[in-house]
Amino acid sequence: MTTAAATAAAAPTADNVRGWSRKEMAKRLADDIPEGWYVNLGIGIPLAVGDFIPSDREVVLQSENGIVGMGPLQTADNLDTWIVNAGKQNVTLRTGASIVSHSDSFAMIRGGHLDLCVLGSFEVAANGDFANWTVSLKSVPAVGGAMDLAVGAKRIWLIMEHTSKDGKPRLLETCTMPLTAPGVVKRVYTNLAVIDVTPKGFELVEMNPEITFEALQARTGAKLHRKAA
Amino acid sequence: MAINKIVQSMADAMAGIKDGSTVLVAGFGAVGQPNQLIDALTEQGATDLTVVCNNAGTGRKGLAGLMAAGRVRKIICSFPRSAGSVVFEELQAAGKLELELVAQGTMAERMRAGGAGIPAFYTATAYGTYIGEGKEVREFNGRKYIMEEAIKADVALIEAWQADRWGNLRYRTSARNFNPVMATAADLTICQTQHIVELGALGPDDIHTPGIYVDRVIHVPYGDPPPAMKNES
Repeated sequence: MTTAAATAAAAPTADNVRGWSRKEMAKRLADDIPEGWYVNLGIGIPLAVGDFIPSDREVVLQSENGIVGMGPLQTADNLDTWIVNAGKQNVTLRTGASIVSHSDSFAMIRGGHLDLCVLGSFEVAANGDFANWTVSLKSVPAVGGAMDLAVGAKRIWLIMEHTSKDGKPRLLETCTMPLTAPGVVKRVYTNLAVIDVTPKGFELVEMNPEITFEALQARTGAKLHRKAA
Repeated sequence: MAINKIVQSMADAMAGIKDGSTVLVAGFGAVGQPNQLIDALTEQGATDLTVVCNNAGTGRKGLAGLMAAGRVRKIICSFPRSAGSVVFEELQAAGKLELELVAQGTMAERMRAGGAGIPAFYTATAYGTYIGEGKEVREFNGRKYIMEEAIKADVALIEAWQADRWGNLRYRTSARNFNPVMATAADLTICQTQHIVELGALGPDDIHTPGIYVDRVIHVPYGDPPPAMKNES
C-alpha cells in the first residue's frame, strides 16, 4: 500500500467514523464541570459522568429521589440497600451529604438551584428543544423527573450519540418526537463533537479528530456554525 | 385518654377504607414502599381505587398484587414502566387500567399543595409538551407556565423507620422519598414502621413527620429492602 492509499483509507468517510466512546464522552463532559457546582445526572449514560469527576474536585451530585451529595456505587462490603439513586442503584453518600424528601428535592430542582443537569436524549433541535422520552404506546411512556429537571436547572447539557443506529441525524432543525421541554438545551456532547446551542443555532465547540467539518455537517440535521474566532 | 395511634392488627390498620378511594402509596421502587400495608389493603377488599404512586409495581406482589386483583381503576404515576412491571403492562394492554402520566416533581407538588390547602398552582414543567396539552397556560415575567391541580386523597400508605405512639416519624435515608408529602395529603394516613420507640425518644429536631399528619401506626419489622437489581449496570 502506498502512503497516499494508506492516508486515503484512514481519512474519514460517512461510514467509518465511530468517534468517542461513551466513556470518553462522559469524561469529556466531566472535565467541563467546575468545582462547587451542584449537578444532577440523569439515568443512563449521564450517570457515568460521575465516574470521571475526580474525588478531590468538590462537585456535589444531586439525585432526584432526595440525595444531595451522592457518591459512587456501593460495593459488596459496604452494602446498605436503603440508599438508592434515581436509577435505583445502591449508591454511597459522600461526606457532607444530606437527605431530603421528594417534594423538597423537586422544589430544589424546579426552583433553579442546580447549576447543571446532564440528560440523555433521542433528539435535540437548533432552538434548544429536546426529546428524551417517548409516548409511543408500544413501550409505555415513562417521564420520571426529566421534565422537571429540564425546566428547573440553570443549564441543560445533553450527552447523546450524534446519529441514530441507522445513521440519521439526531441534531435537527425541529424535533420530530414529543418534547421533554422547549428551548432549554445549552450544550450537546456527542460521539463526534461538542456543540453549543446559541441564539444562532448549533455552534461547534470541539470536533472529534477523526472527522472533518464537512462530514460532521453531513451528519447534522441543521446548520452547524463555526465559533467566531 | 392518652394518644395512642399504634394498632395491633392489619385489620385495624385498614378499617374503614371504602370502594372508590384515592390511595397514595409511598416509595421509590421498593425503598420506602409500605408493601405489607398494600398486601393488607388487597386483603381488606376495597376496590375501584385510584392509586397515586411513582412506579406501577413490579413482579406480582405488593402494588402489582393489588392491581392484579383488579382493585385499581386508575393509576397516577411518573414512571410506570420499569424492570418487571408485568402486571401494569398486561392491564394496560387489556384496557383495564387508566393511566395518568405526571412529571415526578409535579406529582410531588400536587400532593404538597393538597396537604397545604392550595387548590392549584402554576409550573413550567411540561409546558409545551404532550403532558401539558389542554392545560391552562399563563405567563409570568415572560415565562409560560401550566396550571396543575392539587391531589387530596382519602388514604395514604407510608413507611417509616421509627415511630412513637403519637405517630411522630423518622425515615431512613432514601426511604424518605414520597413518605413525608403523602402523609400530609390524605384524610387517613397509615404508617408501617420498622421500629416502635417510646414517646420522647425522637427529639423535637429529629422528627421528620410530626404525628399531626399520622392516624395509625403498625409495627412491621420486615428487615432491609432487597439489593437494587441494577447495581451491575
